[in-house]
Amino acid sequence: MRIVSIPGALAVLILFSPAASMAQDTDLESMRAAIDELRADYDARIAELERRLAIAEQNASQAVYAAQAVAPEPEQGGGNEAFNPAIGVVFQGRLWGTDGPANESEGFATGETELIMNANVDDKFAAYLTAALAYEDGESELEIEEAWVETTALPAGFGARFGRIASGLGYLNAKHSHQWDFVDLPLPYQAFLDGRYIDNGVQLTWLAPTDVYMELGGEILQGEGDPSGLAASTLFANVGGDVGSSSSWLAGASYLDRDDMASLSVAHFIWKWAPHGNWKDRNFVFQTEYFDYSDTGIDGGWYAQAIYQPFERWRFGARADGLQTDVDDPRRYSLMLDWSNSEFSRLRMQFTQDETGATNRNEWGLQYIHSIGAHGAHTF
Amino acid sequence: MRMLIAVSLLSLVPLSVNAEIRVFACEPEWAALADEIGGDLVETYSATTALQDPHYIQARPSLIAKVRRADLVICSGAQLEIGWLPALLQKANNRKVMPGTDGYMEASRFVLRLDATADLDRAKGDIHPQGNPHIQMNPHNIAAVARALGERLGRINPGNTATYENNLSKFLTRWEEALVRWEDAAMSLKGKQAITHHKSWVYLLNWLGIEESASLEAVPGIPPSAAHLSRLTTQFAGGGADLIIRAPYQHGKASEWLAERTGIPAIVLPLTVGGTSDATNLFTMFDDIIARLQGAMDDA
Repeated sequence: MRIVSIPGALAVLILFSPAASMAQDTDLESMRAAIDELRADYDARIAELERRLAIAEQNASQAVYAAQAVAPEPEQGGGNEAFNPAIGVVFQGRLWGTDGPANESEGFATGETELIMNANVDDKFAAYLTAALAYEDGESELEIEEAWVETTALPAGFGARFGRIASGLGYLNAKHSHQWDFVDLPLPYQAFLDGRYIDNGVQLTWLAPTDVYMELGGEILQGEGDPSGLAASTLFANVGGDVGSSSSWLAGASYLDRDDMASLSVAHFIWKWAPHGNWKDRNFVFQTEYFDYSDTGIDGGWYAQAIYQPFERWRFGARADGLQTDVDDPRRYSLMLDWSNSEFSRLRMQFTQDETGATNRNEWGLQYIHSIGAHGAHTF
Repeated sequence: MRMLIAVSLLSLVPLSVNAEIRVFACEPEWAALADEIGGDLVETYSATTALQDPHYIQARPSLIAKVRRADLVICSGAQLEIGWLPALLQKANNRKVMPGTDGYMEASRFVLRLDATADLDRAKGDIHPQGNPHIQMNPHNIAAVARALGERLGRINPGNTATYENNLSKFLTRWEEALVRWEDAAMSLKGKQAITHHKSWVYLLNWLGIEESASLEAVPGIPPSAAHLSRLTTQFAGGGADLIIRAPYQHGKASEWLAERTGIPAIVLPLTVGGTSDATNLFTMFDDIIARLQGAMDDA
């Protein structure tokens, strides 16, 4: 404060000192220069004080943040309730009609309603259960669809799964009905595997440490027929990668050897596209599988489908599926449209022209797939 | 001849003498942070880009292959990646990065989260029980995660702890200087009001003292509906909001529709590194955010 009064004192001196003509002008100039210099000095100091004040305020607010920062909680990785399994229920039902001869698939059906539970068992294992709630012949049943334990801590890229497992054969086999893009399975699955092939056994997979996804796997399963069990085995291989930032693909080949049937080989290819990989908005999927069956009478089967989501929540798709027999090539063609209010609910409409029988037949239906509770992450 | 064979055999051996730590980040901001703290010692990969909605990506084979070889997986957490990360971890067969190990890190665990709720009802939309996961939008959070990441890198790669600590302190010095600059520049934004497309901006608005007056989504996760947009037009016809904010991966249609009818400027802000052409790293991302916010205020 003392310093501030100096220019004032100088000013007073200047004003009241005796007039001196020219010499005084130069004095005045030098006084002004001195005042300007002092002013510049004060400005610099005030700026410095302001800067330090800003930093002090900054530190104060950071201290508040530091105090609020929570001690890291133990990782849970899935948001599960402590020790409770993640539980979810998928409500599924459909209303189906056909113009052909009446069959049991017509009318209302809710047989694919599922109860799903999973959790880590300990630091080396996780377990997974899917049970289907069915009401048939006047009785309600809880069927175990899948129930397996998998390893989470094997070294060198290995993984194992044991229990009642959905085989790694093909592509669609491992997908639950609520993940399908059509109400029903393609013809080859119905013809060769009687639906999805789910059996008791062990599965081992190995993922190569490469940039291109390469997975090899095999299973030993109970199978049917052979009384000593272990009557089925599979081998499968999958490769996959990206093309640019918008497309991804998966290709694979698998083989099933089961005592009660001829050997079955399956090749699959899936192509998924979304602009810049922004899946939520617009996307397209192409999927095809080819089945080769080494038996007289029926040689193989196939299907190809394409699903397009032009904007959020709406998708439409087309599928052609068929079998190849010695006698003919039965085929079906299906169209579907579905609307998903959120990722947890879906309403679907499907129309199928069935040319597998002696006469063509049309089928149509509505389906709902609604889930509550925990909803597992879907594989590719 | 033997030399030729030896040389050609050697050329097949992958030249990974450096043994870099492979960091798999779910989002670009954590890959950028790992680059700052790890420098040459880490090789980073981001599963998502700024042009993707990180809630919904495909758990595709290329990502599984990356997780297979990762030494550290760092993600925002708080269930942001719940739709795809668990599928990657399950198929990657990499025990080093499973939840519960040192190789797995959820960034949101190290900061104070906003909007945590025990009222879990999906009728309220896509809510995150552990709080809003988009924590990267407050630079104070970045600093907190940086400290945790530096410590974690030191734990999984103890031979280079000193380097990580050194990089961390250099980063934090630069970050703290930048923080002073940003907070100074953003003083004029305090008390303003914003309409957001989705509730991904809570940490940014909280930091800058901007109030969130409405959301274009009636319920988080459900796309903006005509009915709700009409309601908002009526509500904000006479003012009440200073800008409308959306992320680069969201459609501009809804923001622009509302902007036209209310005169409120609609802007795009980067939600992560790479979201705009100027947001090339964590520093320039916040530079760009502040610049765009001020630009919108000046234009209004």
